[in-house]
Amino acid sequence: MPRIQVETTINGQSQEFLCDANQSLLDVLRDELGLTGTKEGCATGDCGACSVLVDDRLVCACLVLGAEAQGKTVQTIEGIAGEELHPLQQKFLEHAALQCGICTPGFIVAAKALLEKNPDPDETTIRYWLAGNLCRCTGYDKIIRAVQDAAKELAHPA
Amino acid sequence: MGAYAYLAPETVDEVVSVLAEHAADGQRAQVLAGGTDLLVQMRSADKTPRTIVDIKKLEETNRLEIGDEQVFIGSAIPSAVLYENEALKSILPGLLEASDLIGSTQVQGRATMGGNLCNASPAGDSIPAMIAVAAVCEIVGPAGPRQMQVEEFVTGVGKNALVDGEFLLGLSIPRPGPGTADAYLRFIPRTEMDIAVAGAGVSISLDSDGLCTAARVGIGAVAPTALLVPDAAAALIGSHLDDDALRAAGEACSAAASPISDKRGTAEYRLKVVAVLCRRAAAIAQQRASATKE
Repeated sequence: MPRIQVETTINGQSQEFLCDANQSLLDVLRDELGLTGTKEGCATGDCGACSVLVDDRLVCACLVLGAEAQGKTVQTIEGIAGEELHPLQQKFLEHAALQCGICTPGFIVAAKALLEKNPDPDETTIRYWLAGNLCRCTGYDKIIRAVQDAAKELAHPA
Repeated sequence: MGAYAYLAPETVDEVVSVLAEHAADGQRAQVLAGGTDLLVQMRSADKTPRTIVDIKKLEETNRLEIGDEQVFIGSAIPSAVLYENEALKSILPGLLEASDLIGSTQVQGRATMGGNLCNASPAGDSIPAMIAVAAVCEIVGPAGPRQMQVEEFVTGVGKNALVDGEFLLGLSIPRPGPGTADAYLRFIPRTEMDIAVAGAGVSISLDSDGLCTAARVGIGAVAPTALLVPDAAAALIGSHLDDDALRAAGEACSAAASPISDKRGTAEYRLKVVAVLCRRAAAIAQQRASATKE
C-alpha cells in the first residue's frame, strides 16, 4: 500500500509528510517529524499527554489519523514558547507543577487552549477543562495554581 | 490479509459507493467520524486491516439546522462544537448535557453524537437522551435514504441496524414547542470522565395548567441497548408530576431494565439508581418545560 502524502501546517510552518492509513497523528509527530514534545501516555484518549490543537480545537493526537491532518493547522507544545517561555511554561516551573514531566506538554497545550477561550476561568472551570489530562505525580493542586497564576500574568503582564 | 487504506470522499454518493463496493468484494470498510472509539478499537480489540472512510468532508454530515419544525444534527459534528451553540443548548438542553458528558475536553473536540449512536455501547450517554427527544436516524445507502427511530437503531451491544453500504448522515429531532423540554442525568462514581453506571433521559410536555400531556423516557447502561420506556411515560402523562407519578415512572424504568453486574455497579444497584435518575430527570425537565410555556 503506498503511503499517504499529507500537506499540513504545524506550528505555523507548512509541512508535508508521508504516513500509513492507520498511523495516528501522534505517531506522525513523534516518529516521522521528530516532534517528540507531544507525549504518548495511554494511546486511548484517556490521559491527554498527547494534547494538540487541530484547527484550533483541542484534541488527543492519538485519536486523530495522520491522514486527517490534510489541509489542517496543527499546534503542538513545540510552538508555544517564543523567544521566551510562555507564561504557562514559566508558571509551571515557578509552582513546581511537574515532577516526571510526561504529562506537562499536554497540560500546557490544554491550559493554553482554555485561557484563549476563557482568560479568567475559576478553579472549577480549570479542573473540569483539565479533567482529561492525567498527572500521577503532583496531585494537581500545583498545576491548577500555575494555570491560575498564568491567567493573571496574561491579563496583567508584569 | 489486506492493508489499511484511508479515503475521505466529498459526496454522499461516493461514500455509499465505496462502502457498497467493499461489501460486494467481501472487503472491510468502516466509517470514521470523530474516531474516539474507532482509533482505540483499531489498536486493541479489532486490528484487522480495513478501508477507513472519513465522512467529515461531507457538507451533509457537518450540517446543523435549527428549523421551525425540526432540528438536524449532522453525524460528523463534534460535541464541543454543538455545546458552543447557545441556541441548540436552549432548545435541547438534555440532549446537549448528555453529549457534553462524553469524555474529556479533548474527546469532546472529536467525538460526535452520530458516532456515539453507531458505536452502540450500552452506556453511550447521548443515546437515552436522543430517545427521550424522539430523534430519528437519517440513513443513506445504496437503496436511497431511510429513517429509523433511535430506539430501533441499536440492535445489540456494539451492533446497529445499518446494512452494507449504509451510513448515518445525521439525526432529525422534532423541535420542542412551548411547554416541552428535556433533561438527562447519569450516575458515575466520580465527578467527571467515567462511564455511566446508569442514565436516564426524559422529555416532558406541559399544558397551561402544568398537566403533563406527553412524555418520553429513555434509559441507558441498564440493558444491552438503551431503551425507550413507554410505561414510564404513561405514568407521567395525565399527572402534575407529583411524587406518586414520579415514583411510578421510576419503578417502570426499573421494571424495563435488565442490567448486568460489573465493576461499576451491581445489577441490583443499577435497578435502584435508574429509577432515581428517571425521577430527578423528569423533575428537571418539568422545571424547564414550565419555563418555556407560553
